[in-house]
Parts: sequence; C-alpha cells; structure tokens
Amino acid sequence: MDLLIPESGLFIWMLLAFTVVFIVLAKFGWPIITKMIDDRAKYIDDSIAKANEANEKLAKIQEETAAMLKQTQEKQSQILAEAMEMRKQIVEKAQTEATVAGQKILEEARQQIQAEKEDAIRDIRRQVGELSVKVAEKVLRQSLDSDQAQMAMIGRMLDELETK
Amino acid sequence: MNHNRKVWTLIVGLLMSVGLLLPSQAKANEAEEGGLDVTAMIFDHIGDSYYWHLFDINEETQVSMPLPVLVYSSESGFHCFMSSRFHHGHESYDGLKIAHEGEPYAGKIVEQVGGEWVRPTLDLSITKNVAGLIITSILLVWMILFCARWYKNKDEKHPAPKGFVGTIEMLVSYVYNDVIKPNIPKNTGRYAPYLLTAFFFIFFNNLCGLIPGSANLTGNIAITVTLALFTFVTTNIFGTGAYWSEIFWNKELPAWLRPIMAVIEFIGLFTKPFSLTIRLFANILAGHCALLGVLSVIFLTAISMPGVGNGAMSFVSILLGIFLDCLELLVAFIQAFVFTMLSSIYIGLSQAEHHHH
Repeated sequence: MDLLIPESGLFIWMLLAFTVVFIVLAKFGWPIITKMIDDRAKYIDDSIAKANEANEKLAKIQEETAAMLKQTQEKQSQILAEAMEMRKQIVEKAQTEATVAGQKILEEARQQIQAEKEDAIRDIRRQVGELSVKVAEKVLRQSLDSDQAQMAMIGRMLDELETK
Repeated sequence: MNHNRKVWTLIVGLLMSVGLLLPSQAKANEAEEGGLDVTAMIFDHIGDSYYWHLFDINEETQVSMPLPVLVYSSESGFHCFMSSRFHHGHESYDGLKIAHEGEPYAGKIVEQVGGEWVRPTLDLSITKNVAGLIITSILLVWMILFCARWYKNKDEKHPAPKGFVGTIEMLVSYVYNDVIKPNIPKNTGRYAPYLLTAFFFIFFNNLCGLIPGSANLTGNIAITVTLALFTFVTTNIFGTGAYWSEIFWNKELPAWLRPIMAVIEFIGLFTKPFSLTIRLFANILAGHCALLGVLSVIFLTAISMPGVGNGAMSFVSILLGIFLDCLELLVAFIQAFVFTMLSSIYIGLSQAEHHHH
C-alpha cells in the first residue's frame, strides 16, 4: 500500500530537519534545562539534609539546655542544703563554744573562789596563831611572875632536854 | 431533572438506532449520486500533497496554498517551480505532472520517460508534510530555546518556573527523571538530549497533527522510520562489548541454544526499530482515520437523510468527534512516551556490562 512506503523526499527532509533540531537543542536547549533540574534536585536534597541536621542540632541544644537547667537546679538545691548545713554547724559550734566558754568562766570563778577561800583560811589561821601566841604570852607572863616558878620551869625544861 | 434525563435517553437511543441503518444507506446513496467518497476524503487528509489545502468554496474553487516543487531527474535535470503551475493537477508543466487517480503513483509528480510515466530520481519538493515539518521544527526549536533562555542568570536557588516554561520543565523533568535515568543509569548525559528531542518532536507533532488542516506528520511512515533509524543508530553505535556478546554468544544459555539465539537476537536488532516505526505511525494514522470517519457521518447523512435525521446524526458525530479528539490528545502523549521509553530501554540494554559471577 502507498501509506506503508516511506517517501524518499520526505525521508531526506526529515533526516535533515531532525538532525538540525537535535543538534541545536542538544547544544543550546536540553543541557541547560536538565542541568537546572539536576541542580535543583540536588539543592532540594541538600536543603532537606541541612534542615534535618538543623533539627537534630536544635533537639540536641534543647536537650543540652534541659540538662543544664537540671544541673543548675541540682546545684542550687545542693548549695542551699550546704548553706543549711553550714548554718547548723555554725550555730552548733557557737553553742558549743558558748558552753565551753561559760564552763571555763565558771571554772575560773570557782578556782578564784577556792584560792580566795584558801587565802582567807590561811589568814584566819595566821590570825588564830598570832592570837593564840598572844594569849599564850599573856598566860605565860601571869604564871612566871615569881622566880621560883621560873626556876621550876627551867628545871623541867632541862630535864626534858636531857631525856631527849 | 428527571424529565431532562428521559428526553436525553430518548434522543440518544433514537440516534443510535438510526446509526445502525447508516452504512448501508450511505453506500447506496454514494453509488447512486456519486456523492461523498469517504475513503478518498480520509486519504486526502492523512496523505501528502503538493498544495496546502485550506478550504473549498464550492466544487470548482479550492482555496489552497501552492508549495515549491524541487525535482531532480536523471533524464531532464533539475526542476524548480511553484506547484500552482500544475493548476491543481489539471495541467502538466516542464515535462512533469501530478498523476491522477487510478494511474500509478497517484497524487505524486511523475515524468514521461520512454512513453511511460515514472517517478523522477529525487523528489525533494516542499510538500505539505515537508512544509509542516519545517514549521513545527522551527516552532519546537524556538519553544525550547525560549525556555532555556529563562534559566540564564538563574541558579538552583531560584524558585521553579511557572506558566509555559514550567510546563515544559515538568515534561522534561518527567521524561528525564522517570524515563531516561532509570533505563540508562550510565552515560545519561550522552543520550538524554536525543531522547528528549525525540519525545518533544513526537509529542509536539502529534499535537500539531490534531489541528484541522495541519500536516499529518507522525502518522507518516517516512517520519517514523527516520525516528526509529535514529534510535537504531544511537543504540548500536555505542553498544558495549557485553551487549554484542549477549546478542551473538550469550554465555548464560546452553551451548546448543547459542547459535539459534544469535539468529533470533540478530533479527531482533531490526525488529525493534521496525516496531517503533509501525507503532507510532499506525496509532496516529488510526486515530486520524477514526476521527475523520466519525465526522464524515455529518456529510453522509446530509445526503442520505436530509433534515432531522442529519441534524441528529451531526449531533452524535460531533459528540463522538470531541470524545475521539480528547482520546487523541491522550494518545499523542502516550505514543511520544512509549517511543521514548522503548528507545531508552534499547539504549540501556546496549550499555550492558559484563556480569560478574
């Protein structure tokens, strides 16, 4: 049939036209468009990757922030606890010191009292001695009024020395 | 609403029953009155011509554009003149004439050699198809270069184009990413320009062929055979060693099968482009024939059943025509897609690598 036989003229023209179209488009058309398609696809992929990365980073930062906050709170409570402990210690120490100081003062007072008491007793003793010497003097003076008595006395004392 | 639907059903039913009676009656009328010859009309539309036929005023006056005739004959040398010299095929000029119906080479330029009318050695006339080819090629190149210009001074960070450039980019991107790349993972850049050119050439010419009065290019075997030839050459010129050894000595087959398969594969080398040629040509041609056939019902019924019958049949044929036109739009894309897809597969196969076991 006529339709199934390629016409040589049209075939040659087609060969020419298609070759020209192909060369022009292959040089100035398609590479520009396909390059842009490739570049844009790559750019979109990169952007998605970057967005994912940024999200991950953000999540990490948020985690870090939360951790930091937690840490800070822990530290705060720790500091507070430490402060309480320290206050307690200070108070206790003050109390102990006060007690010790009080006892020391008491002790000192007691020692002083004791010393003064001993002083007083010593004084009294001395005075009692002096008084008793004075009394004995007075008594002796009265009994040795006569010479006889004095001689008896001396005799007795010499005896006493000899026996010794 | 309900009432409307009933009326519709009635009309369509009536028209369809009338349609069944139509072919026999039309044939009878044609024979009697020498009226419309549908076959001739269809072949006139899908075939080539030395004129670009625009429209008829009446049976004597046809408005058509004359086209240049370029003929080389080994007998009489070069001929170059406008086809209007033939006076619509009624007269001969410069020893050449357009063969009439019933004669050999009907509708083609013939010259008299030794008392017999034969085709000249080379007929490079700008026929309707050649003129159409030149016009669509220029339009296609202009269209794509127009789009390519948009990308100048723009980097990938620029938003994607909209409108016409966006449409073309969508098509390019579809063919490039979903057809070419999966089939030709290696050397994509070497083959992408050819396959894209083939796709857009076929798609654009399929669409242009649907315009009434335009040339039927992709429904012409000379066009499709050229396209298939390009695919054949592109496939085999860069074929790898593995590709050729798979064809002629496939080591995965038992030894006794290899020579048989070599013959089959060798034939396959040529059936591939042949099937590409016929598939595109036949699909587009069939679509045009069906559309013209359906629309010619209007003119057939005008002769066979003037009045109400003709009006009703015209209505049906226009509805069918619109349906077929939409179908053809789909086919225009599908056939361009199929040609590109198969070409990609063939080229992809020719880039085979040796299997490592």
